[in-house]
Amino acid sequence: MNHIVLYPLLIPILTASIALIAFNNRRLQRWIGVIGSALLLVASSVLLYVVSTDGIQVVQPGNWEAPFGISMVADLFSALMVLVTGLKAFVVSVYALGDMDDERESFGYHPLYQILIFGVIGAFLTGDLFNLYVWFEVMLITSFVLLALGNKKSQLDGAVKYVVINLFSSLIFLSGVGIMYGITGTLNFAAMAEALQGTENTGLVVTASMMFLIAFGIKSAVFPLFFWLPASYHTPPITVTAIFGALLTKVGVYSLVRMFSLIFTQDIGYTHTILLWIAVPTMVVGVLGAASQYDTRKILSFHIVSQIGYMIMGLAFFTKIALAGVIYYILHNILAKTNLFLVAGIANKEVGSYHLSRLGGLYKTNPLLSSLFAISAISLAGLPPLTGFWAKYTVIYAGLEVQEWVVIGFALAVGLMTLFSMTKIWMGAYWSPLPDASRLASDPDFKPVSGNQKAALYIPVAIIALVIVVLGIFGEPFFAILFEAAEQLLDPSIYINAVLNP
Amino acid sequence: MKSVILQTATRLIFPLLLVFSIFMFFRGHNEPGGGFIGGLVGAAAFVLFAIAFGTKVTRELLRIDPRIMVGWGLLFALLSGFISMWAGDAFFTGQWVFPVLFGNELHIGTPLIFDIGVYLVVVGFTLAVIFALEEETN
Repeated sequence: MNHIVLYPLLIPILTASIALIAFNNRRLQRWIGVIGSALLLVASSVLLYVVSTDGIQVVQPGNWEAPFGISMVADLFSALMVLVTGLKAFVVSVYALGDMDDERESFGYHPLYQILIFGVIGAFLTGDLFNLYVWFEVMLITSFVLLALGNKKSQLDGAVKYVVINLFSSLIFLSGVGIMYGITGTLNFAAMAEALQGTENTGLVVTASMMFLIAFGIKSAVFPLFFWLPASYHTPPITVTAIFGALLTKVGVYSLVRMFSLIFTQDIGYTHTILLWIAVPTMVVGVLGAASQYDTRKILSFHIVSQIGYMIMGLAFFTKIALAGVIYYILHNILAKTNLFLVAGIANKEVGSYHLSRLGGLYKTNPLLSSLFAISAISLAGLPPLTGFWAKYTVIYAGLEVQEWVVIGFALAVGLMTLFSMTKIWMGAYWSPLPDASRLASDPDFKPVSGNQKAALYIPVAIIALVIVVLGIFGEPFFAILFEAAEQLLDPSIYINAVLNP
Repeated sequence: MKSVILQTATRLIFPLLLVFSIFMFFRGHNEPGGGFIGGLVGAAAFVLFAIAFGTKVTRELLRIDPRIMVGWGLLFALLSGFISMWAGDAFFTGQWVFPVLFGNELHIGTPLIFDIGVYLVVVGFTLAVIFALEEETN
């Protein structure tokens, strides 16, 4: 019996329960969190290795056979997502050592963080539609608490918007699940896909697919359902924002890719055209929103929306290259976006603000931070040779192949606007002089970053920056895996056989 | 609030509720009951005690922080899965032993351990929430 699929799932929940038992010892909790995340990173690397050598891995917890029990499935796409989640979980838990305040820690930040990671990984690994709903709820509940911890008015305001819109999305999701069960008589992804092959009930299936599009669209913040994201993501501390911004929306994108490549492929001409025309305004509105903001966290939040547009666009093209590009884009975006948020957090610690009008002088005083920002920002903006360039290049190349000229035009223009926003942060926070240096000296709450805290903050950011550079410059072997993952997505029979005929 | 009637009644009902919750817990495998319902009844006993005597005394009576109890509960639930893994089956596959005690064959298995976990999580969670609400108003 091969349990490797379950380890990335069991490690975070085990870590969370041990951290809960150590509830009154904050120091111990921190280290439990870091060790747990490090183990998760190891387990997810092993999972990717096993999946890439031995093919799709399936486990049936409780030994209930496939269409009846819940399958946990790791194909290459899932395994890659789990690996990047593991990497991110590890670096953010190190960063939290230097960032998290005592109050939040004493209210259980560490166990909550682990349970959030547990939910994310569960969503990536599950092979069952209702189970996916459960993982979304696990994420929703923990993220709601993480957003609201700290009890500031702006936080509660953001958290309420977040939770109301997400509950609404869960409601639509659940209705869609009901319809799918009615049509196919099963909720197992593989069995559903098999039952829908050659179905005559295309109209009803497309209707259900649109419900899933709305449900996951809200979760992944696509146009016109994105407004909750910039309204809530800048309120909690930066560690929490970094987890949310980079990871949670990508779970929505992952689910969209999974559903619209495995299950809803009956009427691609219709469903994927809708996806395409959602992608364009998502890109444009996100980037325009970012251009009008001056708070670094808000700029980055709007950019999440804009980047989601590229991923949906790739999914809509639905060719092998496009899907490889989507996967690469998701991985790239998780890394680059996390890093930009974390860098913004360090800048806030160094000069006491997130607002561009009050930031400044970092290029002169802190060249290390500036170069870390530059790497992530150049990557996000899509300049060669870093990851963002390859991600955009692949998706746009796929678009050229299917000759969607207008959409490609928008995508290129949005890329330019992204560069503009990154330049704006660069000018405001790094090149321009610090506006009022005396403000910091007179502020009693301001404590300069020192010693151990500095190491905890900079090392994670440096690790991700290194990964971005390596993946950008030596991307060739990596793309081989991505193409294989895209082939698995395009040929549902591989997935179906792996689950139903083990 | 201090009510003699409530306090006297609670002294009588409290142990009854606890026994009933354990009864519900063990009944659960084949009939309605189980870790969740048993846990709710158990939590109700402590909530009643908290209403009658205050949360401070109840926390001392409970001896363990309800949040830590949730942690132990999760650990127990996971343990039941790990036992199946060590036995070489898929995670959460039921493992059973049938010891004979006083001439009766007992069915003891990993679902029982899982249910103990559920029981602890439910009691811990309910009490953590209700204690927090009680203490907020005072």
